[in-house]
Amino acid sequence: MKISTIKDLLEADVICNEELLEKEVYSACGSDMMSDVLAYVKDQAVLMTGLVNSQVVRTAEMMDMVCIVFVRSKQPTPEMIQLARESGIVLMATKRRMYEACGILYSNGLVGNKVNVG
Amino acid sequence: MAESITFKFDVDGSDFTSAGQASADVKKNLRQLGLSPEIIRRVSIAMYEGEINMVIHAGGGQAFVTVSENDITILLSDKGPGIKDIDKAMQEGYSTATDNVRSLGFGAGMGLPNMKRYTDFMEIKSVVGEGTDITMRVDIK
Repeated sequence: MKISTIKDLLEADVICNEELLEKEVYSACGSDMMSDVLAYVKDQAVLMTGLVNSQVVRTAEMMDMVCIVFVRSKQPTPEMIQLARESGIVLMATKRRMYEACGILYSNGLVGNKVNVG
Repeated sequence: MAESITFKFDVDGSDFTSAGQASADVKKNLRQLGLSPEIIRRVSIAMYEGEINMVIHAGGGQAFVTVSENDITILLSDKGPGIKDIDKAMQEGYSTATDNVRSLGFGAGMGLPNMKRYTDFMEIKSVVGEGTDITMRVDIK
């Protein structure tokens, strides 16, 4: 799924790196616990979070993630925007809540990393 | 690469916001050396978790990253309070972090297990009241 499709589906506002919207993402992860995010590795993923601090961008940077979506219209700090610009990570904000935002992307085909159960 | 290269970083323990700077620098350095994205990601994540630990538990410390022909070794050294029970600390979900740290997205008790998961070798040497040295190695295949 293209980042631009995520933007449209979530009616999100792009905060920085708008020129990277045509990049593809292959999986997604929704969490406010960065250590849980760091336990999960997948190429070119999008992170959905309600957490706002610099470590959110750092986490995405370490994991080579290409996009962060802030749910419930949370706004990143100028420092976070600067970090994201340097690392080429698209930041956007949606009015949707976490559960809803994840559900919309999942039902449109971005199924994330399947965990084997049982 | 015939000889090894060592990068040294001081990790500032006073500012949670700037934590991760050393790991970001390592990532850039490894990219310049032309290592594979997967190796770079494993080293970066392991070091980043370690760096966060040094900031939230030990008041900072030093990191040494050595790149040689066959592997990358990360040494994280701090003069913090030490780890009382290393076996417990290695269990997923066990954490001594404060609620404040949890509200920042860490302290889920995943840091050390993640560091082990992403590396081929990990050793913790810790003395309560003196500090902790963690050595990690990622093999270059």
